[in-house]
Amino acid sequence: MKYIREGTLPTFYCPGCGIGTIQNLFFHAIDELGRDPKTIGVVCGIGCSGLTLSPFFKADTLHTTHGRPIAFATGLKVARPEMEVVVVSGDGDLAGIGGNHLIHAARRNIGLKVFCVNNRIYGNTGGQVAPTTPYGVKTVTTPYGNPEYQFNLAELVAAAGSCYVARWTTDQPVALLNSMKKAFRLRGFSFVEIVSQCPTQYGRRVGLENPIQFLRYFREKSVRYQPEKAEEIRKNLKEDEILVGEFIHRERKELTENLKWLIEEQGGKKE
Amino acid sequence: MHDVTSGPGFSLMQENIGYAVMTETPCVIVDVQRSGPSTGGATLPAQGDVMQARWGTHGDHEIIALAPNSAQEMFDLTIAAFNLSEKYRTPVVVLADGEIGHIREKVRIPYPEEIKLATREKAPEGLQVPDFLPFGGDREVPLTGIFGEGRALHVTGSHHMASGLRTMEPTKAEIEALVTRLCAKIASHRAEIALVEQEFLEDAELVLLSYGAPSRPSLGAVLRARAEGHKVGYLRLKTIWPFPSHVIRDLPKKVRHIVVVEMNLGQVIREVERVVCPDAVKTHLVPAIAGVVHNVSEIYKKIRELI
Repeated sequence: MKYIREGTLPTFYCPGCGIGTIQNLFFHAIDELGRDPKTIGVVCGIGCSGLTLSPFFKADTLHTTHGRPIAFATGLKVARPEMEVVVVSGDGDLAGIGGNHLIHAARRNIGLKVFCVNNRIYGNTGGQVAPTTPYGVKTVTTPYGNPEYQFNLAELVAAAGSCYVARWTTDQPVALLNSMKKAFRLRGFSFVEIVSQCPTQYGRRVGLENPIQFLRYFREKSVRYQPEKAEEIRKNLKEDEILVGEFIHRERKELTENLKWLIEEQGGKKE
Repeated sequence: MHDVTSGPGFSLMQENIGYAVMTETPCVIVDVQRSGPSTGGATLPAQGDVMQARWGTHGDHEIIALAPNSAQEMFDLTIAAFNLSEKYRTPVVVLADGEIGHIREKVRIPYPEEIKLATREKAPEGLQVPDFLPFGGDREVPLTGIFGEGRALHVTGSHHMASGLRTMEPTKAEIEALVTRLCAKIASHRAEIALVEQEFLEDAELVLLSYGAPSRPSLGAVLRARAEGHKVGYLRLKTIWPFPSHVIRDLPKKVRHIVVVEMNLGQVIREVERVVCPDAVKTHLVPAIAGVVHNVSEIYKKIRELI
């Protein structure tokens, strides 16, 4: 409760939503790391998942326009490089409308911790198809099944240059907690894709309206990524399976450190 | 915070200009207007974004827009724009045009100590919400808190209370208070924000009204008409938004014609028509749309058609 802003409870999540688990794990992560909320800035976008921490987390929280949290967070990190800037938002926000910001922030290696709640649908607006909706899934805008293929977000962001990339489902809370902590320990861009259940707008239409059944489905469909067997695992991965694990973990010089060098070493001191 | 663009980029930014209005974030946007619509003519000057600057972002709001007519004013009004944005915590548009954007002329850059800078009023150190209210309270322009000061601020583009917290079950009164204050903090300072330049208005029967690049041939036409003894006045808007309606309303009673010279098919003229009494004052437009600024002769010709 010490991390919760006064006057913001109760939350407005539907019963069985995965966001509650993610919120809980985030607070555990900063608690176990001993982080002071005063040093953390949270930026989020529009949609249910954008409201994971904003306004509930008692820290500086910025609720931005749709798709733009990473752009705003970039500004915050450049202006306040000493802050730990966290972006928590949904798949529609970060990968759909804001997809370009996502790949370029990863490429620039700006020190943001991006936690993407991927419920594979535009849940807040009534369950429309998203770029993360799997092939063939029925949504209100694809009543005959989704004719398109889903984005592989984790591997997209890894290819774009991210320092840390992991994907877990809400059924793997311990691994997810550890990944959040790893993201906090890194200086560079880090990305955790959290495949989460939306029983209301997604589950209801595909026979997973019960959240426990939904989590069981995640357990059955999760395939653990192992770098040494990557090729074989990818070859055997079925369309409806979810590849979970850590895809990349490295450190590169971070953007604001590069900018600091540019200003101090190359810009000269201005009187 | 500032950004420099022309029409297409300005179109792209509209959503976040509204966000700056709602979150009371000081920022300056420089729109060097080019010929449109769409890609139109890159580098061809125009003044087609006047109404877009005013109403381009959705929802009820006020905006400040300044129109320089020289390289010197490009410098001076940019400083004025930053000062206004800081004072009123609002986005300000420097609404230049391609002609002024490309102009090369002498500029005097003042010494830093000559430049007056306004800065947003910050909340006293250590003060936490609700002991200060970053989005309202009894102040017209609220005190500012900045991220990273340990104040646990919440900033949102949604309807919010004075504390910044989103109103989950917004009440009519809270929304009304927020939106009317956001508009009133600018609209009620119209006289202070609205800058104009005026010449030969005392005995004028016809007034040439212009802004930006077309004001330069307009002044030329006024001088030519005056040299021939015609009672012609010159009014140039440096501030377009909020519209200086009080200046137009207070023009001398003898004025029978207002000729608006602008590089579009009529945008500011609509505001003039809204303000003047149509029985007493006739409005006329000298448009230009092909990326070429008016010349003195065509404006002069219009004057002579009327008096």
